[in-house]
Amino acid sequence: MSKSLRIIVPVKRVIDYAVKVRVNPAKTDVDRNVKHSMNPFDEIAVEEAVRIKERLPSTEIIAVSCGSAKSQETLRTALAMGADKAIHVEVADDSKLQPLGVAKLLKAIAEEQKPDLIILGKQAIDDDSNQTGQMLAGLLNWPQATFASKVEITDTLAKVTREVDGGLETISSKLPAIITTDLRLNEPRYASLPNIMKAKKKPLTKSTPEQLKVDITPRLETIKVEEPAKRQGGKKVESVDDLIDKLKNEAKVL
Amino acid sequence: MFSRVNYISRAFYRTSSVARSAGVVHGRTRLSVTKYPELKRDSRFQSLNDKHIDYFRAVLGENSVVYDKDPESDAIVHYNTDWFNLYRGTSSLVLFPSDTAQVSSILKYCNENRLAVVPQGGNTGVSGGAVPVFDEIIIKMSRMDRIRKIDQVSGIAVVDAGVILENLDNAVSEHGYMVPIDLGAKGSCHIGGNISTNAGGLRYVRYGSLHGNVLGLEVVLPDGTVLENLSTLRKDNTGYDLKQLFIGSEGTLGIVTGVSILTPQRAKATNLSLIGLDSYEDIQKAFVRAKADLSDILSAFEFWDKDCIEVVSEKMLPGVQFPLSSEKPYEFYALLETQGSRKEHDEAKLESYLESLLEDNIAKDGVVSQDIKQTQSLWAWREMIPEGMTKYGPAITYDVSMDIPLLYKLVMDTRAHFEKKGMIGPDKDYVKLIGFGHVGDGNLHIMAATNRNDYDLQKQLDDFVYTWTAKHSGSVSAEHGIGISKIGYLPYSKKKPVLDLMAKLKAQIDPRGIMNPYKIFANKYILSALGCKLRMDVYTGTRQSRE
Repeated sequence: MSKSLRIIVPVKRVIDYAVKVRVNPAKTDVDRNVKHSMNPFDEIAVEEAVRIKERLPSTEIIAVSCGSAKSQETLRTALAMGADKAIHVEVADDSKLQPLGVAKLLKAIAEEQKPDLIILGKQAIDDDSNQTGQMLAGLLNWPQATFASKVEITDTLAKVTREVDGGLETISSKLPAIITTDLRLNEPRYASLPNIMKAKKKPLTKSTPEQLKVDITPRLETIKVEEPAKRQGGKKVESVDDLIDKLKNEAKVL
Repeated sequence: MFSRVNYISRAFYRTSSVARSAGVVHGRTRLSVTKYPELKRDSRFQSLNDKHIDYFRAVLGENSVVYDKDPESDAIVHYNTDWFNLYRGTSSLVLFPSDTAQVSSILKYCNENRLAVVPQGGNTGVSGGAVPVFDEIIIKMSRMDRIRKIDQVSGIAVVDAGVILENLDNAVSEHGYMVPIDLGAKGSCHIGGNISTNAGGLRYVRYGSLHGNVLGLEVVLPDGTVLENLSTLRKDNTGYDLKQLFIGSEGTLGIVTGVSILTPQRAKATNLSLIGLDSYEDIQKAFVRAKADLSDILSAFEFWDKDCIEVVSEKMLPGVQFPLSSEKPYEFYALLETQGSRKEHDEAKLESYLESLLEDNIAKDGVVSQDIKQTQSLWAWREMIPEGMTKYGPAITYDVSMDIPLLYKLVMDTRAHFEKKGMIGPDKDYVKLIGFGHVGDGNLHIMAATNRNDYDLQKQLDDFVYTWTAKHSGSVSAEHGIGISKIGYLPYSKKKPVLDLMAKLKAQIDPRGIMNPYKIFANKYILSALGCKLRMDVYTGTRQSRE
């Protein structure tokens, strides 16, 4: 284990998973004036990188986030969990960022930083796209191991167990590679006080899409956002005849 | 505070031989009267008869009356039993009034016919105050669950007493407010019950007592008179503030049917931190500094000893890693919460405070929650302690208050005392002994799990803990009330002239003694309603321990 690994972990600031999401009155978006935190799958990605670093202490972890100024909060959390550096790609309007745009930004960063591994969360819990990791692998022409539930890294190889429909699949890939994390990969640690203090001194550099020479113009437009149809209350019936009548005439299933 | 658990060793206290069926044995909680043999049913109370039941059916309607001759039948036994499965009565009748007028009719009738009653809210009390001892009629308030009005500008909510606390919280949260009390039982407890027991909870250090937050009450007196004082005024100094009498009187002076309560702003930003410390002195230092550095944003400051971690880890969250990892556990842990209106502002204050604790070696380590899921897990390590203890065996719990510096000394002295007798250990009488509580309020919960259901073990521990508390001028019940569990110990915390006046008020307001008899005042001190003559003995001014 002589070579030191460099790992990039992209993290996204999303509405906290425990918040009750509501559609805004204009039906164009959800109400974003609520608590935000790091995307849970990204927390798992940071945790996995930190565990690799615990086994291979010369590893360097760089957390990256694309978004408005508030994304820096999420980067601070990543630093407090154990990342060494952070890069904030500042974008004026979060809502314009889509997976392809993010993948292009990350490609530009990867070309600058030359990592051995990029670990991403499999999807963000706000858009559930499940695309960024795969697109990034395509753009960089790197191998990808998605939905990882177990990761073993050596100098030059990544052995990843993936959760697939039929069960578990284990693949081995040369580095550099893309890994996206699934829920069962690990249990993320809490940000400890000593690490929170240290995090304040860790470098956080800023960049922009213009500096990286990336066009992030969105390709998709959101037309409408609405709540799912409200669940109808159940009804109690007094007799079998009543039940048959309702099944026939109301539910129309007979 | 405690979720429903059935810890009672089934083999021991079956009181019904009918219970066996198909190899499944349904053990029953021990009857309260077997624990307090000196308590006798007051013979002046009438026994329930058909005429009474017919009256209630006529006033409330068939569907609002549950009657079963057998108090152990499934229909009625759980109204007779408290949440901790420690106390059980033998009532045959449960009434479900839907409005204040019905409550008034019920009480008027019971008063005229001298029928004893026990008001019951969510039945989550931990002092056995909401269940009958004998055949008192249970007046269940759950149908009175309307939220009457919420003022958006002032945050004042006027509600029926049977509204569940969590529902009230959800309702006011729509307008940006929150209920000023928070306890583990919030999904089941009623605001009327909270008020009748002057419940404290986790946010007491910030929002204070219900005595301050309740603006008005609607109470039905024992004779059926409706005292309507649902004021929504913040300030009103016109005569005696009678509502204060009913707050904390545990249903012995009347039934609360309506509540007007002031709700504080719901915080936009909440932060939570768990820290590890090596001594109780350090806990105190951390608390004093928290008041200075965090002042207005501090909203909770809980502590527990290292044994509590084992309890939760072994019994409630096996396989889950404790959020603060260290080679060996610290002696104490504290959980502190801030609530404020600006996240960045509060975070900066909190981090600078925590940094200073580390620098001065007061806290050895700690974590700060980064999202709601972590916040919930951190709280779980505190909130699951009591339930975890019940899984070791029958658990005894105390809720005492005293000067903050003395809080943990009680635990240490108790441990030393019973260790000398060889009674503490995994295979001994007291399987586990732990201490935890609300530092800010000077409120300690000391809990012991025993290896068998033996009332003598409880009495020994009661005697030691209460005598120690009295000696150090503490209160034998910080927030749980007297109920039935601490009758007889009331004189340990209150002097004779005070108790005399309490008894006089009780006799005046409830001359026939029908409201929740046998609670708060022990049988020896039961008031005679005839001619308002008070019958109280054994108040000699000296502290006596129970036999």
